[in-house]
Amino acid sequence: MTCDEARQLLHAYIDDELDIATALQMDKHLPGCPRCRRELNAAQAARRAVAQPALYYPAATALRDRMQQAIRSEAEKMQAAPMARIPRPWWKNPMAFSGLAAGLLLVISSALLYLSPAAPSGQVDELVASHVRSLEADHLLDVASTDQHTVKPWFDGKLEFAPPVIDLAPAGFPLIGGRLDYLEQRKVAALIYRRNKHVINLFIWPGDASPQTQVKQGYNLIRFECKGMICWAVSDLNTAELQQFADLFAAQKSPSTRF
Amino acid sequence: MPPRASGLRDRLSLHAATSKFESAVLEHLDAAHNLTRWLMRNDHDAQDVVQDSCMKALRAFDSFRGGDFRAWFLTIVRNNCFTLLRRNKMSPGDAADQSLDVGAEIAADTEVYDPQAIALRAADVELVRRAIDALPDGLRETLVLREMEGLSYKEIGKIAGVPIGTVMSRLARGRTRLQATLAEMDQPAPRRSAQEGER
Repeated sequence: MTCDEARQLLHAYIDDELDIATALQMDKHLPGCPRCRRELNAAQAARRAVAQPALYYPAATALRDRMQQAIRSEAEKMQAAPMARIPRPWWKNPMAFSGLAAGLLLVISSALLYLSPAAPSGQVDELVASHVRSLEADHLLDVASTDQHTVKPWFDGKLEFAPPVIDLAPAGFPLIGGRLDYLEQRKVAALIYRRNKHVINLFIWPGDASPQTQVKQGYNLIRFECKGMICWAVSDLNTAELQQFADLFAAQKSPSTRF
Repeated sequence: MPPRASGLRDRLSLHAATSKFESAVLEHLDAAHNLTRWLMRNDHDAQDVVQDSCMKALRAFDSFRGGDFRAWFLTIVRNNCFTLLRRNKMSPGDAADQSLDVGAEIAADTEVYDPQAIALRAADVELVRRAIDALPDGLRETLVLREMEGLSYKEIGKIAGVPIGTVMSRLARGRTRLQATLAEMDQPAPRRSAQEGER
């Protein structure tokens, strides 16, 4: 492990958020590196400075009492007019249901309007930032498997959609694993592939979009559609090979040279 | 265990739900107040926001499907704080501003600060308080949830609505900024009182 790598992971190490293998590498690196040790000590000192009990603001007794009373009296009001304050579950309420459906429709259509012409730059920034972070710490890979039949079911119950997953190892793009990620406050699937030494993050969520290619901070981004999903491939891989990857994935067919 | 929404129509279960809610809220009221007070940076707003959050949480309680009540409650509290912060425009370093995180590398700062100087100055609580108050909202929030509440990256990410990687980089930057402030104070901590007019 190099100093630069160690410094990137220092805080996750302090917080016990690294996977065991990486933590062990840190354990090995630190004794021989005074600079990293000093930085670790400084970070620990900052941490202790914030954690001191004198800085904590507990709720005052008066506030505590007031909250207790407020909760009780509000609950009484809700009890007095249960229909008004506590709506029936929405699936039992036809009015709410139609409203909800209309609302959903509005959200979906405006989301489509928003997304289809060109990706907003904020989204592209987030994609790149997410890609960069995934490279910083291996534990950001939630499920490590080269088997599409392991990765695909892993997303079940974690997402409201089932992302297409396919191993493209025969074409030189082996599947490494999957991860749950967040983009613009929503959960998306991230599939991780490798091309030689390059990592490809493929972000997937439902929607449709026209194909698009972008370069940001030296990373190539390609947007394409696959099975009703928006897919964004992000990598430092060259555009031609990344496009090849996108085409293969979009076709959802692994070359038949599988042995 | 929260009640299923369908049971709430029944008076008895409403009563039971209320007392469950009440004890859960009171259990986490310190955490709610601490977070709010650090975000709002004054007592008056903090009390209002806490009260408002409790009422919102009560009305939304039938949408709570079990699991981590503290995270659910703190999410409401935190969102309330940020709504108000944005409305008051009292915070130039708005944490909802995603540019705070975009492309931010951990430890871009190459300086290594003196751990002993930091530890020495940390003894001055007011000094540390001002240093934390000076951080952008998003960094302050992350530090409070991590160092004071001891929440995991995953829990913090859930509450603040950001990926774990963002939590990690915010913590790194928050701590680094604090180190810089504490280590680079010109005068030793006990002699500081002249510069600040407070008692």
